[in-house]
Amino acid sequence: MTTRPFRVLIGKPGLDGHDRGAKFVSRALRDAGFEVVYTGIRRTPEEIAAAAVQEDVDAVGLSLLSGAHNELFPAVIAALEKAGGGDIPVFGGGVIPAEDIPGLKRAGIRSVFTPGTPVKDIIASVTALCQAQAAKV
Amino acid sequence: MRTPADIIAGILARNPRAVGRAISLVENGDPRAGEILAALEDSRVAAATILGITGPGGAGKSTLTGQLIGHYRALGRRIGVVAVDPSSPISGGALLGDRVRMMAHATDENVVVRSMATRGRIGGLCAAAGAAVRIMALAGCDPVIIETVGVGQAEIDVVRLADLTALVMAPGLGDDIQAMKAGLVELADILVVNKGDHPAAEALMLEMTPVARERGRALVRTVATEGKGIAELADTATALAAAQRASGEQARRRQRNREAEAVDWAVELLRPAIRAAIHSAGPGCDPRATARAALADLLGRPSESLPTLSEAAFKPIIPISPIVESVEAAHGCCSATHA
Repeated sequence: MTTRPFRVLIGKPGLDGHDRGAKFVSRALRDAGFEVVYTGIRRTPEEIAAAAVQEDVDAVGLSLLSGAHNELFPAVIAALEKAGGGDIPVFGGGVIPAEDIPGLKRAGIRSVFTPGTPVKDIIASVTALCQAQAAKV
Repeated sequence: MRTPADIIAGILARNPRAVGRAISLVENGDPRAGEILAALEDSRVAAATILGITGPGGAGKSTLTGQLIGHYRALGRRIGVVAVDPSSPISGGALLGDRVRMMAHATDENVVVRSMATRGRIGGLCAAAGAAVRIMALAGCDPVIIETVGVGQAEIDVVRLADLTALVMAPGLGDDIQAMKAGLVELADILVVNKGDHPAAEALMLEMTPVARERGRALVRTVATEGKGIAELADTATALAAAQRASGEQARRRQRNREAEAVDWAVELLRPAIRAAIHSAGPGCDPRATARAALADLLGRPSESLPTLSEAAFKPIIPISPIVESVEAAHGCCSATHA
């Protein structure tokens, strides 16, 4: 069992500039002992994927409030595969209708957090993703 | 990519995953790190220039670094950046936000960026920063920039890692007494007055001019958000690096820095044993005597054979580079003060 801090990238793909959720989750993970690489708003899937690989993160978290999650979340997974980071688990959050979640999970998004999710649930879920990823190294 | 040999081959092939993984293994103290570190004795590492960027929080280090990336890319150079931010002393977590100001180059495969947390170090860097820089150099990056956490006056770790250090300052952070204080301002090779379009920038330039002149240091004014002064800064760094290389100063600095890094590691390795010994003995009424007794016990030597505290006291480091012959020569006959 590792005792090192887990590294997580938090990014916002697409065009919406509402970063309150991304920053909230970043701070919550920081306070839970994670090293959070924050990449800011309006990133392309390719930018997020390249940063995730260079930073050797244990997981990637995406935040999106524009409604384009069905396109952009899977696009990040595809970009990660192309960049050599296809094994890095991806989770997401934002204003995501319940009926979209099964499709996102099928596309490879490991966890989806919608408004109102207790922060301790997010931390527990991301911790589990990181632990599984770290065990592979 | 799990074996050290695979990872080293990946670094040499400039595979970003291999570079990232190698830095993680060193940072986490993985048993595979030793073999990777041994591969860093390499002509590419010796040849690369390591440029330190330090300064107080908010002075513009990350923005300046982002502009330097653009400058060196326009020259066709492959560039590495190690950006350090503080770990929380409470949770151990960190928010690594320097990338936000460097994302213009995120998909450029010749820009290698790694964000690192201090993980308990207090000198402005993390323990694995030196290895991260050398791994990037082995992956063909030259120069490699190391950006420190926002520092105060005395976090000088970067000076012991970089070939050249630029101290980034911004107007409005203090009066002229700040420029007289000891510490970083004495050690930096290049003094940068950023936010040079600010009304108070002129006053800061006037304060720093004698500081730079007395020590034979370069002084550059920049407006990082607009890219102004970046070429001058980069050219200054290039010229200084070439001069250091030619004079043998760079080799001397690296030798000295490597020694200092080894001392740091030795002290780190000793720390848990010392802590345990002192904890079991109790602090006593004289912590200094307790320290001597614990160390003598650990080293298996009589405590009389240990240095006295005055012998072990702070010793100033040797001058970083030849300082102008005399203060008078650089500064005329008046207002000279000797250190």
